Amino acid sequence: MISTQEPQDQFQEDADRTTADEPRRAAVRKALGNYKIARGKTENAFTSWPHARDAAAAIKYEGVNHLDRYLREFEEKFTARGGKVYWASSAAQAREYILRLARERDVKSIVKSKAMTSEEIHLNDALEKDGYHVIESDLGEFIQQLKHEPPYHFVFPCMHLKRDEISALFERELGTAKTDSPEELTMIARRFLRQHYINADMGISGGNFIVAETGMISITENEGNARLTTALPKIHVALVGIEKIVPKLADLALLLPMLATAGTGQQLTCYNSMYGGPRQPGEIDGPEEFHVVLLDNHRTRLLADAEQRDALHCIRCGACLNVCPIFKNIGGHAYGTTYQGPIGSVITPHFRGLQDWKHLSGASSLCGACTEACPVKIDIHHHLLQNRRNAVAEKKVWWERLIWFGFRHLMKRPWAYKMAIRLAPLGQMLHPLVLGTAADPVQPWTKTRDFPEAATQSFHDWWQERKAAGK
Amino acid sequence: MNPANSNASPKGDREAILGRIAEALREEAPRHHEAPDKPAPLSVTAPFREWLPPVGKTRKDQIALFAQQSEALRTEFRECPSEAGAAKHIAALAAELGWKTIALHAGELTDAIAERLPKTLAVLRVDSGYTKGALESCDAGLTECESLIAQTGSVCVTALSSGGRALSVLPPHHIVIAQKSQLVNDLSGAYELLAQKYEGGYPSFISFITGPSRTGDIERILVLGAHGPKKLTVLLIP
Repeated sequence: MISTQEPQDQFQEDADRTTADEPRRAAVRKALGNYKIARGKTENAFTSWPHARDAAAAIKYEGVNHLDRYLREFEEKFTARGGKVYWASSAAQAREYILRLARERDVKSIVKSKAMTSEEIHLNDALEKDGYHVIESDLGEFIQQLKHEPPYHFVFPCMHLKRDEISALFERELGTAKTDSPEELTMIARRFLRQHYINADMGISGGNFIVAETGMISITENEGNARLTTALPKIHVALVGIEKIVPKLADLALLLPMLATAGTGQQLTCYNSMYGGPRQPGEIDGPEEFHVVLLDNHRTRLLADAEQRDALHCIRCGACLNVCPIFKNIGGHAYGTTYQGPIGSVITPHFRGLQDWKHLSGASSLCGACTEACPVKIDIHHHLLQNRRNAVAEKKVWWERLIWFGFRHLMKRPWAYKMAIRLAPLGQMLHPLVLGTAADPVQPWTKTRDFPEAATQSFHDWWQERKAAGK
Repeated sequence: MNPANSNASPKGDREAILGRIAEALREEAPRHHEAPDKPAPLSVTAPFREWLPPVGKTRKDQIALFAQQSEALRTEFRECPSEAGAAKHIAALAAELGWKTIALHAGELTDAIAERLPKTLAVLRVDSGYTKGALESCDAGLTECESLIAQTGSVCVTALSSGGRALSVLPPHHIVIAQKSQLVNDLSGAYELLAQKYEGGYPSFISFITGPSRTGDIERILVLGAHGPKKLTVLLIP
């Protein structure tokens, strides 16, 4: 499903289409309205949310700014308990390692819990190309997999779909009866997936936190699919970005409630599990092997940008998407990225190239709602501005320079400025000649709105007139 | 990059990645938080503890809050006078819901309950291994726990205290038996207990269970029992 279109054209086209889809926008708005109420309630239960944010930001700052030390500590502790650590510079390396492992262990069936890193490296495509049967077990991801569509939102993968669409999808793909009950739809997925957990010989997960102190991977979820994925198959592979580090196990006593509050408005999600190695001596069950793939894939490039390094504090709660006026209107798919919304617009240019992805930093009203909502205090909307600045510094755009050149000359010469103001109503009289055609210089505006009418008298003239009248 | 070469080392690109990190960190990043220069000691007296939602001081407060949270989470929470009382409640559930088999693990509390269960209810003991299919078809799983967390209404289970990884998630109804002394205020308290008990030799699996399994993936409408247990019962004995 890789498009050959330029990212900016794809974005423009998709955003145009999705903003015109009123029912879809209404559904997304409703879902996010409920989120806002739940989150507000949970946040208010904190004795002090601002202090908690500070403390959470301090923990992530400590981890990210001593990343090498803490990753070494994690590796040492995790390896001592029989785990295997693989360091992947690139998406290709990570894919190759997991594929090789599956081949060497003669894996037949793979069950996956939610992992945005696997979306990032297109792991499913690679595994399926090699003939492995991979099944997504998170309900939202399962639905998106059946639909052959990437997640719409990295926390709520199918928030854009209505129950009748999901029912029709299940009818077509699984042969189940039509229903309009979300409960029955959930039970269909539950029954379908149960046997897969039992039969799978490899379970692949992501990870929300890497705990250096104790050598553990922490996974946050609501459904229990990650717990089953990591309990039943004989091999567990966790694919985790290197920035997920936290120094101490007890740091999670703050970060887990923060993630839940900001992510879904819950006080704590249903299951928060920490995995420190494969099955240990004296334990009843658990995988024989536990591999952690530490993924760089350009994260070190973002790390090197000290100004924007805090973007690596991100705990992927999705709060910045939920409050973003742009996300609410264009939806998740228009971004064309693995990570949607404001945080995606900040990090994608670092991961996939500034010039190709700078347009995302323009898709912002700079209202700062994202920064306000962030539980770890990432300065998101300023990073969008910095991306714009960096993009121009790196490569100037000739027509933008021309416009600024003209504007500067106009503003420096009062007579020319006055003349331009006088000519504006005249220009507007000629506007209907090109209105609605490609020759219209303000077409992006007039496509959906009326152009404001130029005043017949300028403020300057009005002021002079008033003064002359002795007022 | 040639993947064949990059996979030459069993650890992958370890040195290259650590090198890039060290290089990247040479410039200091601005802080957007009001933290002191050195990170505060994040252990028993975690500095953030006081910012989280308040919990009362007494055991009675803890129990009242745990009960309140349980109700909001749709966990069935019940105080029982003794192991016998807990066994009686489980027997009543079994009769009401038509259970045939209950799975459990060896333990002081679970054993005390097991010997008081009605003979008509078959028992699957997981301690010396089990087949996944057999455990999956059990009607309920009974486990002990490490601690109960008042602030969030959570149950802390581990591979060592609660019969491994699957017993508390595979059967459709999870029953937890706990003593009042296992109640702690918050997650920090739960981590503190774990640190005291295991001192570096942690179980390979620790989980905070907060209510029965749930999802809101379809239209953000809450559905219980997505993949894990549809029901969670917590029985508290003195």
